[in-house]
Amino acid sequence: MNPISFLSRTRRAGRIDITDMLSWVWLIGGTLAVLVPVVWAGLSSLKPAAEITRFPPSLLPRTAVEQTVPGFDKPLSIWQVTVDGQQREMAMVRRIGLKAQMVDPANPGPPVSVDVKGITPVQHLTVATENYTDPLTRFNFLTFLKNSVFVTVVATLLTLIVNAMAAFALSKYKFRGDTTVFVIIISTLMIPLAVVMVPAYLVIVGVGLADNLWGVILPTIASPTAVFLLRQYMLTIPDELIEAARVDAASEFCIFWRIILPLTAPALAVLAIFSVLWRWNDFLWPLIVLNSRENFTLQVGLNAFQGEFSVQWHYILAMTFLSLLPVTVVFLFLQKYITTGIAGTGMK
Amino acid sequence: MAAGALFSQAGETAMRVVEAPMNAFEHIFGRKRMPWMFLAPNLILFAIFTFLPIAIAVGYAFTGGTNLFVSERPFVGFDNFRTLLSCGNYLQPGTCQESLFWTAVWNTLWFVACNVVATLLVALITALILNRAIFARGFFRAMFFYPVLLSPVVIGLIWKWFLDRNGLLNAFFQMIGVPPEIFLLDVGWSRFFVVVVSVWFHMGFYTLILLAGLQAIPKELYEAASIDAASPRRTLFRITLPLLAPNLLVVFILLMIKSVQIFDEAWVLTNGGGPGTANSFIVQYIYQMAFGSDLRVFGLASAASVLMGLVLLVLTLIQLRLGKRMES
Repeated sequence: MNPISFLSRTRRAGRIDITDMLSWVWLIGGTLAVLVPVVWAGLSSLKPAAEITRFPPSLLPRTAVEQTVPGFDKPLSIWQVTVDGQQREMAMVRRIGLKAQMVDPANPGPPVSVDVKGITPVQHLTVATENYTDPLTRFNFLTFLKNSVFVTVVATLLTLIVNAMAAFALSKYKFRGDTTVFVIIISTLMIPLAVVMVPAYLVIVGVGLADNLWGVILPTIASPTAVFLLRQYMLTIPDELIEAARVDAASEFCIFWRIILPLTAPALAVLAIFSVLWRWNDFLWPLIVLNSRENFTLQVGLNAFQGEFSVQWHYILAMTFLSLLPVTVVFLFLQKYITTGIAGTGMK
Repeated sequence: MAAGALFSQAGETAMRVVEAPMNAFEHIFGRKRMPWMFLAPNLILFAIFTFLPIAIAVGYAFTGGTNLFVSERPFVGFDNFRTLLSCGNYLQPGTCQESLFWTAVWNTLWFVACNVVATLLVALITALILNRAIFARGFFRAMFFYPVLLSPVVIGLIWKWFLDRNGLLNAFFQMIGVPPEIFLLDVGWSRFFVVVVSVWFHMGFYTLILLAGLQAIPKELYEAASIDAASPRRTLFRITLPLLAPNLLVVFILLMIKSVQIFDEAWVLTNGGGPGTANSFIVQYIYQMAFGSDLRVFGLASAASVLMGLVLLVLTLIQLRLGKRMES
């Protein structure tokens, strides 16, 4: 099959109708709409501070070429100049109105006066790595990062254990009130954070966890979605396995830990991915709980940073990109599991 | 590999910590009571961080003052609700006692209406296209889904840069000869782009739900339709959409509930609701009354939360009722 016919195959072989064309316009347009803002922000994060607000913007990060010329203290910028019908590269000494004083960088003589209309700056591609390295050293970026990693890892581990235990109880035991407990847990699905955020903060203050990372972690652990997902999965595990283990005098916890948990691994993996994404991206709740800078997570830190340094876009974009990177990498590798996981459980 | 080893080591440690008390409990109280032991951590966390706050929220709504602790707060009856709801003309927030609240209410309603319609349309069209036998379907599905995973703060910042005065959109405007705009400082533009960003952010999630519904429609129906030489349009309106109705309803209700709760991305994008109060929504109002600057009017914030909770409860009940009717 040649590439053209491969690309243009449709439901009815050999014919491209108008709906196919429109579909392609929609898909390509949508892909561009997703990619352009993200890629644009990424390219911008590599631009030097002087270049980033230039309008109209250039696509790639560039900066003016500068060169040290004998007889001048500071390095001078290099420009493309046409003198006597000849293209030459010259260094600009100063600019007065519409005239620029230029010298030849190789053998600087007396400056030549040139019309500024006829000159263009010589630029070269540069990657402003300092946008990335400066926040690491000068601002609290590393602290934010450490806090985010701590919250994400600890909250995910606890989410998995606590909810798996609850799901085990609700799927493998018959006891009085089991349905009631399940319904109560599931009913909390419809209570949004916004409704309880004020009193939940009071509780956090009451238990002494205000401005503490544990105050961010603890309220997120018990999750109705997680209980539901894990319970559904555990229901498919045959009860005979448990009976056999009981005959061998295994303790109930041992049954849970050594038999049920390993068999639930696929569901736990899906939940782990989501938990990591949720906790990494959390904003409103950490914003409420955390007050001091050294406790900020990445998202809260980014928000605070953009408020304080709204002109320093080169730093903001670089830090934005650093926080977007782990999620993108996770998605690239686990894209299939994430999308089927969401479609299967309606999680978000 | 190192991460895996670390996880399993953490697991072992966790087991050793939890195992001893669990086994001790089993020895003392017997196997019959073990399910409660397994449920305990979850239920305790729910009780402390979900049920207790709900109870306090209702209590808070009837108290005044700025003290955080319920015992120190004066009881004011329905005063908070009266403050929120007393209004000369509900259509004009300026005539209301709490004009900021009504501005937020109307802004939210407008946002919900635009966002639900726009997202539903975009997600439906995308799902219909992705359901066709089209080249690189998996790639496009992943592409449309990608923004769903990003953090609202990151999305707010990326779009803020895209819409900046020196941003890419203005460069494009200049290229086609339209004067540049400062989008986020203009009331109309900023409202428009809050919806655009929201659709951009979330449509992939709803597309996925609709796509799952589309793939569950039996292929035989389409074969029968093509034998009867039904037009594509007729097939769409007589087969696809009716059979997709349950999924459409789920998406619709989810979208409503999620749209009412808009906060994160709009907060970052509009610098907390700007220009002025053009993009100030209900969750923002609650946040600002309770935690913003030094207001700390927790009673008013809680009363607004309770009202919002009631609206969401009604929406959910409608969803359950409709869902049941559709099944029967």
